[in-house]
Amino acid sequence: MTKDLSRKDTTLGDALRSKGISRRSFLKFCAATASMMALPPSMIPTIANALEKARRPSVIWLSFQECTGCTESLTRAHTATVESLIFDSISLDYHHTLQAAAGHAAEAAREAAMEENKDKYLVVVDGSIPMDNPGYSTIAGISNYDMLVDTAKHAAAIVTVGTCAAFGGIPHAKPNPTGAVAVSDIIKDKPIINVSGCPPIPVVITGVLTHFLTFGTIPDLDNLGRPKTFFGQSIHDRCYRRPFYDKGLFAESFDDEGAREGWCLYKLGCKGPTTYNACATTKWNGGVSFPIESGHPCIGCSEPNFWDGGGFYKAISIPTENLTQTAIYSAAAGAAVGVAAGTLGRIKKSAAGKAHDKVTIDDLEK
Amino acid sequence: MTETELLTWARGPGFQIATVIFVLGIALRIAEIVMMGRRGNLAEPKGSAMSSGLRTVFSRTVPDASTFKRSAFTVTAGYIFHIGLFVVIFLFAPHILFFKDLLHISWPALPSTVIDATSVVTIITLIVILVHRLKDPVKRFLSNFDDYLGWFVTILPLVTGYIAFHRVGMSAPSLIAIHILSVQLLMIVFPFTKLMHAFTIFLARWYNGAISGYRGVQS
Repeated sequence: MTKDLSRKDTTLGDALRSKGISRRSFLKFCAATASMMALPPSMIPTIANALEKARRPSVIWLSFQECTGCTESLTRAHTATVESLIFDSISLDYHHTLQAAAGHAAEAAREAAMEENKDKYLVVVDGSIPMDNPGYSTIAGISNYDMLVDTAKHAAAIVTVGTCAAFGGIPHAKPNPTGAVAVSDIIKDKPIINVSGCPPIPVVITGVLTHFLTFGTIPDLDNLGRPKTFFGQSIHDRCYRRPFYDKGLFAESFDDEGAREGWCLYKLGCKGPTTYNACATTKWNGGVSFPIESGHPCIGCSEPNFWDGGGFYKAISIPTENLTQTAIYSAAAGAAVGVAAGTLGRIKKSAAGKAHDKVTIDDLEK
Repeated sequence: MTETELLTWARGPGFQIATVIFVLGIALRIAEIVMMGRRGNLAEPKGSAMSSGLRTVFSRTVPDASTFKRSAFTVTAGYIFHIGLFVVIFLFAPHILFFKDLLHISWPALPSTVIDATSVVTIITLIVILVHRLKDPVKRFLSNFDDYLGWFVTILPLVTGYIAFHRVGMSAPSLIAIHILSVQLLMIVFPFTKLMHAFTIFLARWYNGAISGYRGVQS
């Protein structure tokens, strides 16, 4: 006997069972989640219990200035897994890209969800908010700013999905024509969990939701508001190519011997040393690989301003400007000033010498 | 300003400013020194000033026995930290990339573990040297602000580099930005302090050698 899954009082346990997920698979997911979040094994039953009993939380998904890549990543990156079913099993009450309704009908759904779940619903935001002119991005005639402020007012927490919502992302890149800002630049009085990445890793968003369902709190966050569990270590520190960095073995180009041998991509501009994300551990496409494993340097997409970081293919230790030219001009200018100062000194010395009256014996006898 | 913006600023405008002050300052001071020249010597030369000068530039690299006997600690510690600085600055792969971008020449790097160990030895040596300077009454009497500033801006990039390599306390973009900014502080202070000896030492050695050579005596 299956329950009607569209009902709001359906628990996650009901939803998973009705989709044929066995108890064993469910517990495996709980164990994996516990381990991913660095929780002790004793927490697995707690997670399982909390998830089993969790009512489908109301989620309002706001898409602002974005490319839909984040939604694509979360919904289409892999075939149905426990993670994606968990994701299916939230009550996604508003997502104007995915939902059938549009315009006023869609807005009515959002308003109804907000009213029914006042102070309990989660707001997921992908995309940045334009501040220069509200007309740059509107939904059903409502500016992104107004919709965010209105929806966030009674939210339990906000999860920003993707670097655009977390830090401004590509719309925020120079010259930032729309005056794009991050959610945290506008909303100051609600807990915000930044799940950055361009796009973010699907398992990270399900991990954050699981944490929220299990503990009813937001996870530990780093100084940029990202869950430490997933963003606690740099790509460089967890990279399987790290031993090559330490040995001084680098790929110099994309098709040299080093590249074929799988050596470190630092010289090709890898931003792994300055990037915090879980790519090197959770990987992508159901754990198949991640960009560095596929031979491309990390571009640092989960960091603020990654687009303006001086070039994807320029190593971090290389200056972003042309210092050779600066050095040549400075040397020429310095030498010219030095020679001029020296010449002035000589002229002064010579003038002083000429101006000096010779002292004769007669002068001394005066 | 976010930490990534700080890092990008340090890698861009920060390096531009530091390079202008560093290179312009060094060129200015060397040009001034050379332009001052030396008073002409009316005595008949007893030997070649040029060859003696050039020879002395290299020969003074090795301390003579009596100097070593008198100041064994100063000489040894001085050698350790100067060699350490050379290894850490010029043989670490990310640093070589910097010089390659600037000078368009490259050379092989040492493994990062070797650089790591060398930087620890260099930092410890510099600390011991400071303690010695403070404890030795003669050295303390001869030291002024310039000496302590030179020591500080030399050890700072080593310490910030070590911390950035091991990512202690802060996130990597901030640590690398701080490391680069500390190098830029060194570059800005360099031409106007005793650190200038890295360049003037060769002029000084040449003059010393040249004077002796002209007189026909051993330099």
